[in-house]
Amino acid sequence: MLLSTLFFSAVFLAAFSGVPGLVLQRVGGWTASVLLAGAALCGLVLAGAVLYGGMTWQADLPWRLPNAHLLFKGDALGSFILAPVVLVSALLSVYGKDYWSEAEHGYAARQLRFFFGICVGAMVLLTAAANALVFLFAWEGMAMMGFFMITISDQDASVREGGWVYFVATHLGTLCLFAGFSLLASATGTFDLGPLPAGFAATAPGTAAFLLLLAGFGLKAGIGPLHVWLPGAHASAPSHVSALLSGLMLKMGILGLLRLLAWTPDPPLWWAGLLTGLGATSGILALAFALAQKDLKRMLAYSSIENVSIIFLGLGLAMAGKARGIEALVMLGGAGALFHLLNHTLFKPLLFMGAGSVMHGTGTRDMERLGGLAKAMPRTSLLFLVGSAAICGLPPLNGFAGEWLIYLGSFRALGPGGWLWAVVPLVALAIIGALAVACFTRAYGVIFLGEPRTDLGPVHEAPDSMLRPMAVVAGLCAAIGLAPVALQPALDRAASDLGTTAHLSGLASLGYLSLVAAIGLLAAAAVWDRVRRAPSTVAGTWDCGYAAPTARIQYTGASFAQMLTESFYWVLRPLERRPRIQGLFPRSAVFRIRTPDVFLDRAVKPSVDFAAWAMSWLRILQAGHLPIYILYVVVTLVALFVWTLS
Amino acid sequence: MIRPVLTFLAQVSLTLALAPLLPGIINKVKALFAGRVGPPVLQLYFDLAKLMRKDSVYSRSSTGLFLAGPVASVAVGLTAALMVPMGGAGAPLHFTGDAIVFAYLFGVARFFIVLAALDTGSAFEGMGASREVTFAVLAEPALFLGLAALSMHCGATSLGPMLAAASKGWNTASAGPLVLVLAAWTIVFLVENCRIPFDDPNTHLELTMIHEVMVLDHSGPGLGLVFYGASLKLWVLGALVVKLCLPMSGRWWLDWPAFVAGMAVLAMGVGVVESVMARLKLRRVSQALIAAVVSGTFGFLLFLLQA
Repeated sequence: MLLSTLFFSAVFLAAFSGVPGLVLQRVGGWTASVLLAGAALCGLVLAGAVLYGGMTWQADLPWRLPNAHLLFKGDALGSFILAPVVLVSALLSVYGKDYWSEAEHGYAARQLRFFFGICVGAMVLLTAAANALVFLFAWEGMAMMGFFMITISDQDASVREGGWVYFVATHLGTLCLFAGFSLLASATGTFDLGPLPAGFAATAPGTAAFLLLLAGFGLKAGIGPLHVWLPGAHASAPSHVSALLSGLMLKMGILGLLRLLAWTPDPPLWWAGLLTGLGATSGILALAFALAQKDLKRMLAYSSIENVSIIFLGLGLAMAGKARGIEALVMLGGAGALFHLLNHTLFKPLLFMGAGSVMHGTGTRDMERLGGLAKAMPRTSLLFLVGSAAICGLPPLNGFAGEWLIYLGSFRALGPGGWLWAVVPLVALAIIGALAVACFTRAYGVIFLGEPRTDLGPVHEAPDSMLRPMAVVAGLCAAIGLAPVALQPALDRAASDLGTTAHLSGLASLGYLSLVAAIGLLAAAAVWDRVRRAPSTVAGTWDCGYAAPTARIQYTGASFAQMLTESFYWVLRPLERRPRIQGLFPRSAVFRIRTPDVFLDRAVKPSVDFAAWAMSWLRILQAGHLPIYILYVVVTLVALFVWTLS
Repeated sequence: MIRPVLTFLAQVSLTLALAPLLPGIINKVKALFAGRVGPPVLQLYFDLAKLMRKDSVYSRSSTGLFLAGPVASVAVGLTAALMVPMGGAGAPLHFTGDAIVFAYLFGVARFFIVLAALDTGSAFEGMGASREVTFAVLAEPALFLGLAALSMHCGATSLGPMLAAASKGWNTASAGPLVLVLAAWTIVFLVENCRIPFDDPNTHLELTMIHEVMVLDHSGPGLGLVFYGASLKLWVLGALVVKLCLPMSGRWWLDWPAFVAGMAVLAMGVGVVESVMARLKLRRVSQALIAAVVSGTFGFLLFLLQA
């Protein structure tokens, strides 16, 4: 009873956090943050009780809709996702207060807070929704609020386009979910979500349900090739909304797939193969696209696709474990997927907030125009560095611990009686890891290091109210990375909900990661102290004897990534204008290159255009003359009359 | 109780003391091939002693991150040295999945060295950094395919048992796939340590270099750390290759000298390769790395067929 009260308090506090701000003008931002902080407190206590105390709760309320009642079940799996949702959204609302201030944006700032709160409330509902109709209501609420937030600056054409693509994609996803849940209901006989009967997964309706749910949840999670809405939407939204979309909303798609895994007692092995194949290809290609982007936020959006792909690799291993009956593999793959999910809810919002601070301080998000910001924005640059190292999966930060579990799962799957295709996630993760290092050293180096590439005017550091939420998230990244063992009981309980009796403690000793980190940091501190104390002088960069270097001869982001992007030209299909250099004294020339999303431009848009053309004959029916419409009504009535007679 | 402590002490002191010897051996072999007397084998020790006493010069463009590169490379080298088995059967620091941590540690060093290179704003260092991250994309899967193959072979994910099982397998049917894994890892060893035929540590043509060009701006103790970190990496990754081949007797007074001798032989081998081969064209480097990936894949598949 207490726990369900906490849950509904969190939902209501979050959902109404933006309401007082609609009337109270000056203190609206603070009230929203305080209410969301209250929601975070309720949510964290609830998640702690479930994940560390082993409690569960249930709430069943009547609803006037047929086949539906308001059924909520609080299990470890949902609570594991609930915790970062409430915590990070509260921090984002603090960040948003000055980033998207009322002084600057007026009424739009109030609207944004209103949509933000409802979106968070809907996500909290989703983590415990146990009836398909409740789930779809909350899902649609979350998705629509996302649309309103993405299009908040709708005077900008690119924002309208990004929002429109999002709108279509999310409804396509909801449609798939409707169909998928109906198929599940036909098997279980109820719209309550729960375990599926054994053998259903292998039948034709089971296959259809899997594919529909994979499409619906995959569209939300942004797995390639269903990611087409994601780069545009994340680039157009205000940065803290991008952080919410990327850090938290994508995870609701993953939550759906985790639930599907939990409900299915006997998935066929090809489900695992499909998840793994999608994860491996989309992870590698997403990073290739990320390396080709100039826009910082588009780059971060592609990196989200990559991280979702890593989670898919973990899901695929867990699915294979279930199909083959290897309990340890379900635990390692599931815990790895959950751990990486949690990590991505921390470092991706951190990076988006960092991108917001860069835009706030310089007024641009074009990386090629930036440079040397570490001197003007030292705090933002330090926090962005933590996020970059964490997202590359480098020890001793949190990103590594999650990927480590997925690696261990792959190695376990290669063992006796295992699943030999597990070598695919293993190799894919190695390539993804190296590409991520390339991608984020490029971003960090081009934005924060070296010298400014263009005249940026006066650059200012972000205010404390924006830096503090970033510092909290960065601190969490470091703390989880240094002591991942603290999450072990929570991961154990949450992954057990996927249907395994194995225990994480017997499979992976997360404590050793802390030992390695301690040794490494100790060694670094000792060496650092020795070098730092050496007397030094300052001079220009030794550029191999160049007497008068300028900032323009620095390596650009495009040239840094060129060797890698060239090997992916077959899929990137960049639009470039390459000047021809002729004669002894060539005239000044301009080189331009741009990499739009090839899946959106060459696959989705043409097929949508084709569909629109194919449907154009329907226009004949709608000529716009009133008598014709009356004729339609009469014909329909007569037809109905005839039909009822016979 | 006393035995692990002794192993730990032996491993740490040997690594700290002997790592800078390897570049000396390599250079001596190269000099002998060229008919020169060459620098003394202990030259790197002299250089380090000299650099540690010098002042530093920093670029006006650089920030505090500039020193993180050399510091990370030494810290990573020291940590990784505890995780690879040397004379004894197991490493001082071993646990399930330590092979993955071992591989990722070098990613940390790469991350910070690349950032330190970009920190100076120099175009040449940008080129080196770009090449470093590009070739890593192929070197990492080659390393991991080797690990996957060895893990298939013995069922463990800790470097100690993996390498111990592999070194016992050379006179069995496992020899075939082991040769392929060894080939893959030797290429990774040469690329990661920037040796000929992939990169030339002695070149002065900045346009073609990878690692050396990234550290152009380091000076004084920082440069000393760069050199020391590079020799630690040579030592640790060399230990991986040597332990893959070197069988163990189980008697410490035989295994430790054999390991040190193995490392010396490896250094001489590198010296011979550098003397008889030219540097590959930059575009060929990725082809050689793809060969390493293919070799690792076939090693894995052969173990699979045997299992």
